[in-house]
Amino acid sequence: MAAALETRNLVKRFGGIVATDNVTFRLEQGARHALIGPNGAGKTTFINLLTGVLAPTSGQIFLDGVDATQMRPESRVHRGLARTFQINQLFPAMTPLETIGLAVSERMGGGRDWWRVTGSRREIVDEIVEIAQRFRLTDALDERTSNLAYGKQRLLEIAVAFACRPRVLLLDEPAAGVPEAERHELLATVAALPRDVSVLLIEHDMDLVFSFADRISVLVNGAIFTEGTVEEVSTDPRVRAVYLGESVDE
Amino acid sequence: MPADPIAKTAVPPSTADFVRRSLVRKGRWGVAEIGFWAVAAATLFLLPERHLILNEIAIIGLFALSLDLILGYAGIVSLGHAAFFGFGAYMAGILAKHGFADPLLGLVVSALAAALLGFVTSFLVLRGTDLTKLMVTLGVALVLGEIANQASWVTGGADGLQGISMGPVLGLFEFDIFGTTAYAYSLTVTFLLFIVARRIVVSPFGLSLRSIRDNPLRARAVGIPVNRRLVAVYTLAAAYAGVAGALLAQTTQFVSLDVLAFHRSADIMLVLVIGGAGYLYGGLLGAIGFKVLQDILSAWTPQYWQFWIGLILVVLVLVGRERLTDKAKALRPRSRGRLAGQAKVLPTTTAGEV
Ligand SMILES: Nc1ncnc2c1ncn2[C@@H]1O[C@H](COP(=O)(O)OP(=O)(O)OP(=O)(O)O)[C@@H](O)[C@H]1O
Ligand SMILES: [Mg+2]
Repeated sequence: MAAALETRNLVKRFGGIVATDNVTFRLEQGARHALIGPNGAGKTTFINLLTGVLAPTSGQIFLDGVDATQMRPESRVHRGLARTFQINQLFPAMTPLETIGLAVSERMGGGRDWWRVTGSRREIVDEIVEIAQRFRLTDALDERTSNLAYGKQRLLEIAVAFACRPRVLLLDEPAAGVPEAERHELLATVAALPRDVSVLLIEHDMDLVFSFADRISVLVNGAIFTEGTVEEVSTDPRVRAVYLGESVDE
Repeated sequence: MPADPIAKTAVPPSTADFVRRSLVRKGRWGVAEIGFWAVAAATLFLLPERHLILNEIAIIGLFALSLDLILGYAGIVSLGHAAFFGFGAYMAGILAKHGFADPLLGLVVSALAAALLGFVTSFLVLRGTDLTKLMVTLGVALVLGEIANQASWVTGGADGLQGISMGPVLGLFEFDIFGTTAYAYSLTVTFLLFIVARRIVVSPFGLSLRSIRDNPLRARAVGIPVNRRLVAVYTLAAAYAGVAGALLAQTTQFVSLDVLAFHRSADIMLVLVIGGAGYLYGGLLGAIGFKVLQDILSAWTPQYWQFWIGLILVVLVLVGRERLTDKAKALRPRSRGRLAGQAKVLPTTTAGEV
């Protein structure tokens, strides 16, 4: 079976910096895969390449076996690839209800619909409710997004991506900056993502990585340093040296 | 999906109702709205001696509504919106002059012509930053103005397009010197186009526009074809502006280079700022405010009214009526107690920094 997502010899240069260095990578169907690496390793750049925000210098990207290297970002979303952002990218002046509704109706082809009122379709309403419950946003649905607590905004980040009904979900440090009190809620929703969605998780929090992932790739200076099961990577002394030790020191 | 317990829980009807009502509510007409249009209709009978200026207000209101569609809803800034207004005006004037005197036919042709111009220029306008957009829109209007100036054999050049005579509206209502037919005609057209715009902004398409205005990076990430949507709304807004221009040409039976002038584009921005962008009534209320102010000020101090208009503009914007984009609002933290987190919660991040 084709991998849910695959890259071959992916390279991205910013002037002199090689931010992505010949990355060949497979995300299996239904995987729970973590991508870790020190600050500036190129994790976010990798996501930006996969989603088409950035064009690679060279190399190829495959989505379900189909070459997606030249595809426009929105086409990749339509083919089932969604992502969250390390720094919130929400719609400050819209409500979570509108935000989720936007993603849902867009996916159902509603974005070209300029005559009906959003929310007049039953299947859209039902799906908004389901997603709001899944991400514990039912109480905050009608608030302005910019007024939401940070933890809720992080939940909304994932909810919007999830509303695209992705087959591959890329999570860029979903728990980053979330205060301890709101953390549990967020981790629970990540753990409860449906198994048929293949997930690539970028995270610095090792507890989360070890409890969530079944495979881990380590990125250092843009290149895959090593890859393996949680067992293998967590006990690898070289990984400790380049990454784990460093993050403990921080 | 066995390992997905959440999806299995039934949707509680109360939440579903809440969601539906909350979404559909935006499509409903409020009492204030109905009141607004009732008063507008009443002025047809109650203010007969003011129909000429009311006609102008209705036209400016429609023109500002058009700018609101791109600025208030899609976040596209423009300093050359008069390009479409003027193009529509000339189109309607030239048609009438050449014997096609039916007003509605002129309106439709002008709308289509302006839409085509909007569609073509959208590809220039939609690339680049806000500054680029300002310059390109300004440039397009300047170019068009100069073409109209040079092509005097068809536009009348600096003398203006004279000798327009319009037929009756619907073959029934002749234009009169009091401007009553003109006002009824302009108000009706503005109202009908307003209804369409109001419908559009609460549709999924309209929602996607607002999302693009708020955060194009995220809009793309949820699968919205950002450029195509912007081309669509720019084209639509151009058609609206073209209709407004055509109304002016038909109801005043005269077109001059003034319709393409820079001050037209600047004034309409002013009108929208006075009324507030992003809720559709801003253009209409702004048009009333602008005209009334202009009337009062120019009667009071004919030479300096622009000074006062300018001063009022500065005060309006500084006092915080800047509804040019909601982004401006979002940057101003308001919720008490969360101020500390607010600044870093929603930074404006460009694609390069993500
Ligand atoms: N648009 C850009 N232009 C130039 N350099 C960039 C750009 N984006 C990223 N970089 C550089 O590429 C390298 C990788 O950055 P990236 O943001 O991908 O790292 P990261 O692994 O996500 O780090 P973090 O853990 O801090 O989020 C860094 O050296 C960064 O400065
Ligand atoms: Mg990063």
